[in-house]
Amino acid sequence: MVDGRSLTRRRAGARLWLSLTWLGLLCLAALFAPWVAPKDPLAQDLFLGRLPPFWVTGAEPGYYLGTDSLGRDVLSRIIHGGRVALMVALIAGVATCLLGATLGLLAGFLRGWVDMLVSRFIDIWMAFPPVLFSILLIAVMGPGLWSIILAIVVIDWTRFARVIRAEAMAQGAMDYVASARVAGRGRLGTMVREILPNVLPTVVVLLTLEMGIAVIVEAILSFVNLSISTDDPTWGGMIAEGRTSIHQAWWVLVFPLITLFLTVLAFSQLGEGLKDRFDPVLR
Amino acid sequence: MSFLDIRGLSVRLKKGPALLRRVSLQVQAAEVRGLVGESGAGKSMIGKAVLGILPPSVEVSEGEIFLDGVDLLRMAPSERRRKIGAVAALIPQDPLTALNPSHRIGPQITDRLVDILGWTRARAEARALELLAEVQIPDPARVMRSYPHELSGGMRQRILIASAFAAEPKLIVADEPTTALDVTVQKQILRLIAGMQARHGTALLFVTHDLGVVSKVCQKLSVLYSGLVVEDTSVAEFFTAPRHPYSAALLAATPKYTDPLAGLNPVPDAVIDAVRAEVAAFDRMRHG
Ligand SMILES: Nc1ncnc2c1ncn2[C@@H]1O[C@H](COP(=O)(O)OP(=O)(O)OP(=O)(O)O)[C@@H](O)[C@H]1O
Ligand SMILES: [Mg+2]
Repeated sequence: MVDGRSLTRRRAGARLWLSLTWLGLLCLAALFAPWVAPKDPLAQDLFLGRLPPFWVTGAEPGYYLGTDSLGRDVLSRIIHGGRVALMVALIAGVATCLLGATLGLLAGFLRGWVDMLVSRFIDIWMAFPPVLFSILLIAVMGPGLWSIILAIVVIDWTRFARVIRAEAMAQGAMDYVASARVAGRGRLGTMVREILPNVLPTVVVLLTLEMGIAVIVEAILSFVNLSISTDDPTWGGMIAEGRTSIHQAWWVLVFPLITLFLTVLAFSQLGEGLKDRFDPVLR
Repeated sequence: MSFLDIRGLSVRLKKGPALLRRVSLQVQAAEVRGLVGESGAGKSMIGKAVLGILPPSVEVSEGEIFLDGVDLLRMAPSERRRKIGAVAALIPQDPLTALNPSHRIGPQITDRLVDILGWTRARAEARALELLAEVQIPDPARVMRSYPHELSGGMRQRILIASAFAAEPKLIVADEPTTALDVTVQKQILRLIAGMQARHGTALLFVTHDLGVVSKVCQKLSVLYSGLVVEDTSVAEFFTAPRHPYSAALLAATPKYTDPLAGLNPVPDAVIDAVRAEVAAFDRMRHG
């Protein structure tokens, strides 16, 4: 007989390790991009334009995933593009999480005027169409890495705040919180020791999802040319360029797209895997 | 003075109806007072007021709560918190939500002793082991390392009892500590609480619906209806000669173990109407 619980565990373990492996490789490649990338990602050579990937006839040795219409190496550009993608994912994800989760926790546990204030803000925020809002923000601040990060934080903190507020509220009604208060724990102490550990699994899942979202947002903004300076390779920029030559050179579009897809998937699977691993009830 | 002395305590929803109507009750040191009344009468609200955990949606509109000789309602919140933590404890109703699922049992008992009362960790741990043994938990050392979800409801309630007694409080509020358990476990837990109370000489405010429980555990009894104390008496007197008609009807409504076929006698409408009129008269008098 198959034990359902151990099966779920094994599946959770597998996705945890697969996603960690992919993200780990990506991080290493991004960190050491100048040494890992086989070519200079910016070097153009019009005589080597639109070379196919290595297994297709007509490929040049050394250009494993082919070249774009300007003769730039696709693999090297993906690797260098990973730097921007991961940096945005990490910084924007963590900043969004810290801001949103903290506000949500305070509002959900302290209630009263704090909750009123935060909830009002969330309501107002939700009324803005997010993409328009981010484009507006970047138009004002000018394109660049930090504008993207700020745009993501400013738009997405409500996702954390709403969910964590609801969870903190539910946890706050539990008897163990009453017991802690009776024993003499202050409000902040109770929040940190009793509530926080119970909302942490949700925070982790949201954080990894947010990192995936940040990667997509960065790609979208690069796609519409609002990201960092157009010289630096980005996945979104590559996808945008590849789109124009999809019939002559599909690889220029497909490889960055696959990388983007796998990365976003890996982030969400990482979250699910970590949650299963650290939730004491499921463990 | 009594260890716990509640005088004329009124609690109401903020700008809303009254939930407690000038409640007065005393619990002497080492005495057990039962608190009975139908659902919604305000039993838990009294316990929460004493322990300083009233929900934010309600407010105390008048009265005093003297705990160990000091008026809790006249104290600064942090000072009140410290006072309550030092002399009182809670045995909650639902053992499923009264232990934090994220922490192991050991720290849930010992952290408070260490962080708040300033015990050394070694002393707190020794104390926890001793108390877990006293509430008849097999292999206390292993249980200390367990998470709540690994334990049965009865076990958890024993742990909560141990935890309540850990700092040697002088008063424990037990809010229906057995209603969430099945009948066989209920009896064991009840016997356990009564035994612990007697051994440690702790005063107990025991909230319950069950007059059978009252007759076994309590010495004094307050009967509550709609936030109004309709009878404050000794248990012996209550069972032989209840003074208030509502008390008498409550007693008559309790199934007798000696004669289970006698069936239930619900509280007669006339009695309900009378006690409601009493509540209404109280409110009229209060509002001039
Ligand atoms: N958090 C709250 N906010 C507002 N009203 C509340 C709150 N908790 C309880 N009440 C109200 O206060 C009254 C007394 O509630 P309380 O919980 O003390 O009843 P109880 O006698 O303990 O009943 P039970 O036997 O069902 O536990 C009820 O009318 C209830 O609706
Ligand atoms: Mg109650």
